[in-house]
Amino acid sequence: MKILQIINTAYRATIEEQDDTIVWLTHAMTGAGGDFDVLLTGNAVNYTAERQDAAGLSFGSWRQTQPPDIGRDVSGLIAKDVKVYVVDEDAHEVGLTGFGQVGGCVRIARSEIADLFDRYDRIWRW
Amino acid sequence: MTNRPVLTFVLMDAPFESARTTTAMRLLDIAARRGYDINVFAYEGAVYLPFAHQAQHPNAVHGHDTEQENHPLPKDWVVALIEQATSRGGSIDWANCGLCVDERGAGDSVAGVRRGTPADLVDFARRSDNTLVIPTS
Repeated sequence: MKILQIINTAYRATIEEQDDTIVWLTHAMTGAGGDFDVLLTGNAVNYTAERQDAAGLSFGSWRQTQPPDIGRDVSGLIAKDVKVYVVDEDAHEVGLTGFGQVGGCVRIARSEIADLFDRYDRIWRW
Repeated sequence: MTNRPVLTFVLMDAPFESARTTTAMRLLDIAARRGYDINVFAYEGAVYLPFAHQAQHPNAVHGHDTEQENHPLPKDWVVALIEQATSRGGSIDWANCGLCVDERGAGDSVAGVRRGTPADLVDFARRSDNTLVIPTS
C-alpha cells in the first residue's frame, strides 16, 4: 500500500520534539516497511530551506543541546527513497526561490496535485 | 505591594503540540529575566506543561540514546523559569486550572505549581499591568 503524507503546517512543536513529528513518523514507518512519500504544502514548504538554525534556546539554566534540523531530516527521507514533493506556488509565496534548498525534492504545480493523488492508495493529511 | 511590573499569561496549548508553547515560554523567560512578577493561568491542555511524569526517551530515527537526545521537557522549563524569576527578584505564581487537571489526571506537577480556579485568573487580571492570552486554535 502506497501512502502520501501531506504536511501542511510547519514548525508544530518542532522545538519541543527536536524534529517535525510527521517527518519523524514517516521515517519510523518507512523503517517499519511502509511505503510512503511526502507532499509539503502551505508553510511546510519551508522545510526544504537549507541552513535553518534553531540552536540557542534556553530558559534559565536549561539549555537545548539537540535543536531540530529539519532539512537534515527531509534529506534523510530522500536518502531512503521517499519522494518529497513541494508545491511550487506555495514555495514562491514564502519566498523560497534563489537560495539553497534541500536537494532531491520534487517541485510540482498545484494543478498537478490531483494527478499525484491518483498514484497513491491512501492520502493522509496531517 | 512592589513597583515591579506584574504580568499575567494565560496558556491553553498542551505540550508537544504546537509552536505556541515555546513562544509562550520565551515571553515568560524575558519577563523572568527582568525580575517581573508573573502569573500563569494554565487552562485545558496547558495543565500538562508542568506534569511531573514527563520523561525523556531515546530517538532511533535520530540515532540517539536517551542521554544524547536530551529531549526537552516543558516541566523542566517551568522549573527553570520559576528559579530564574526568583533569582532575579521576581516571582512566578503558576496556577493550573483544577477542573482541567482532574479531567486529565494531571495532578502531579513539579514544585512551584499550584491548583487554581477561574477565580484566580480574575484575581490575576485585576492585579496585573496587563494580561496576555495565548489560546489554542
